[in-house]
Amino acid sequence: METLSFEYRGGRSVASPPPSVLVGVVGSGNLEVLVEPAPLGGICRVEIQTAAVGFGTTWQAVLDDVFARHPLADVRISINDVGATPAVVSLRLDQALDAFAGGFQP
Amino acid sequence: MSSYYEDSARGRLDGLLDPGSLIEIVPPTERMVSPHLRQLDTPAAFDDGIVVGEGRLAGRRVLVAAQEGGFMGGAVGEVHGAKLTGLLERALDTRPDGVLLLVESGGVRLHEANAGLIAVSEVMRAVLAVRAAGIPVIVLDGGTFGCFGGMGIVSRLCDAVVMSEEGRLGLSGPEVIETTMGVEEFDSRDRALVWRTVGGKHRYLLGEAATLVEDDVAAFRAAALALLDQLSDRGPDLSLAALEAEHAVLGSRLERFGGCRDALDIWEKLGVEEPEKLPILDTASFLATVRDRRV
Repeated sequence: METLSFEYRGGRSVASPPPSVLVGVVGSGNLEVLVEPAPLGGICRVEIQTAAVGFGTTWQAVLDDVFARHPLADVRISINDVGATPAVVSLRLDQALDAFAGGFQP
Repeated sequence: MSSYYEDSARGRLDGLLDPGSLIEIVPPTERMVSPHLRQLDTPAAFDDGIVVGEGRLAGRRVLVAAQEGGFMGGAVGEVHGAKLTGLLERALDTRPDGVLLLVESGGVRLHEANAGLIAVSEVMRAVLAVRAAGIPVIVLDGGTFGCFGGMGIVSRLCDAVVMSEEGRLGLSGPEVIETTMGVEEFDSRDRALVWRTVGGKHRYLLGEAATLVEDDVAAFRAAALALLDQLSDRGPDLSLAALEAEHAVLGSRLERFGGCRDALDIWEKLGVEEPEKLPILDTASFLATVRDRRV
């Protein structure tokens, strides 16, 4: 297991966010993503627990893209990952953040 | 139509309960994860693979639990089991119209060893306490992973089981039987064999499932509601006479079918014409065909 943490600045807060959004499942090749509003002084913080050790740079690249699509602030994103591929991670995060920002619960 | 089999635990609850009525207890944001999995360097889930809460079913007040088979096959660990036991004990305090268990589990989570075993025995005791208090406990079984091991026992301790053809119910799962007894005894890759042995149609014929429904969340909802009202009116009969009658049925079942090598032989003995055709029938034609043929 490896614990990774990333922070992004320069996003904007969601006006009336839901209390939380959870998508995905902690199963092989999959991940769960929990998104919560948090008073982080404008930061979007991503905390990852992953079973696949040594993929920090891949996570960084995927999350950079995700933040470019969803520039959010004051958000805490928590991930439990069981070796999901970058494409799956990307889709799950889109699903979670669309639900969070749009207020739509999938 | 929305497949119960394909859906997640949370998706099933969304479709089952009145919209927006679910209030989750110990939600994922509490991060009450398994302490054992962390020690084993294994990924944990924020809800430990089970959703518990209160909701409404066509206005009736219900407590609900839904196991997520996608996380460790829905296996019962310490936290998972404590959430289930806590929910059942809550029923004794709040006296809802019923408790619905959306089971999907391979049984005890072996990673957690004794903690998981104790958790399952606590769940069993709690189920019996809730039934003794006159509150119906109804099981819904139609998930991808079926229901086996300790949760198979828990299911049969409840008032009624609703299954779809796709659902499976048993003690040792197919792969466990194959591993311990050999592939000649049971080939777990033979899907037709697996489903006619532990699948919903066979469980319905044996009288273990009270209701057989289509693989549709709305059908499960309707069946749960019907059973809830039926059981609330009548109340569970836990008298000695009723238990002895149940044991007599089980005894005679073993006497009648103990020598059978395959579910097909049992169906034939039940007087089903062309038993080999049962697996391919849709739910409605199956129910019409086996009317008055159940144990």
